[in-house]
Amino acid sequence: MDEKQPNLYNLIKNGIFSENPVFKLALSLCPAVAVTTTVKNGFLMGVAVLFVMTMVNITVSIFKDFINPKVRIPAYILIIALYVSMTDMVMAAYARSAYKEMGLYIQLIVVFAIIISRAELFASKNKVIPSAVDGIGMGLGFLFALVLVGAVRELIGKGSLLGYSIFGGDAVLIMVLPTGGFFAIGLLMGLFNWIEDKYFGGMSSPGGGHGH
Amino acid sequence: MLEDLGTIFIASALINNFVFSRYLGLCIFFGVSKKMETAVGMSMTFTAVMVISAALSWLVYNLVMLPAGLGFLKIVVFIGIVAGFVQGADTVLKKINPTLYHKLGIYLVLITTNCIILAVPVISSDEKYNFMQAITLGLGSGAGFSLALIIMASIRERLELANVPKPFQGMPIAFIVTGLIALAFLGFSGLITV
Repeated sequence: MDEKQPNLYNLIKNGIFSENPVFKLALSLCPAVAVTTTVKNGFLMGVAVLFVMTMVNITVSIFKDFINPKVRIPAYILIIALYVSMTDMVMAAYARSAYKEMGLYIQLIVVFAIIISRAELFASKNKVIPSAVDGIGMGLGFLFALVLVGAVRELIGKGSLLGYSIFGGDAVLIMVLPTGGFFAIGLLMGLFNWIEDKYFGGMSSPGGGHGH
Repeated sequence: MLEDLGTIFIASALINNFVFSRYLGLCIFFGVSKKMETAVGMSMTFTAVMVISAALSWLVYNLVMLPAGLGFLKIVVFIGIVAGFVQGADTVLKKINPTLYHKLGIYLVLITTNCIILAVPVISSDEKYNFMQAITLGLGSGAGFSLALIIMASIRERLELANVPKPFQGMPIAFIVTGLIALAFLGFSGLITV
């Protein structure tokens, strides 16, 4: 590997921790709140995003020399839309019950800021393998965030984890309602900031809030 | 017929409010709700783009794509329509009304890749709405989004002065506030029985 290429291990680590799409960059929040009522939904969504992101990064970095810079954004969107349509159809065919709940959000992966921003910032400047790894790292970070939020909400809201009852009976219904999603993410973001502040010194900006 | 449209409007503006119960457009919602002025400009732009893109994509979907059996391409086509329309509006506005363009300029471009705009055509095609229903959905969603944005902007202007614990400054506290507003919006859910 030549020295210009970023270290592959660091790429994965970046995606999961220091540039976690949900907790750190505050990008692509809509699905993070929407589908995370259970761990399973969060996991499926995360896998869908992981797949789309990796494939888009690979495709963009293969074709980067052929895409005229002036039309690069529409070109990226078309590439993303292609893989999203594929994911959408596969999910509709093989995961029917989950698709009923989250079909809309699968289709909306196409406008995830995190995917287009990785294509633009990373894949368009790097070779195929680092791009793929970057996609996997970012996707894993997203998956991790969704599963974490899903676990918190399912545990508190339904008293179960992955469908197995843990507390049984009385659960705090509010956590599976829309409100709970906002609370869970707000609290987890605060927790992440607190951990970073306490153990790693100095706090990076607490959530960007730009992008869309 | 009219009652039906009223139901769609109320449902999309209050009960299924895009921000508080469908969780769409959150990034824009958190991004631009820091100042009242930008929030108002943004919500007007959004409503207009939503209504027009709902109408355009209904026409294309029902008159061109369905007869040709191309329904499976809807994601690609819808995003193309929205992006094309926004680019067009951007160019036209620059020529016709430069003042308004400078006020809205940045937001117009941001809108292209926003889930909330894309969601309107996707929902209306999933629900098989007719033309008027699709437009009403766009209008209602726009109104609901504007309401959310303006409420949030007025709260956040005060939040700036509040003494928030350090780890919670910025986004985390904004999320918690949104959660509280969403809780209030739950009260609308009994408004009409669909």
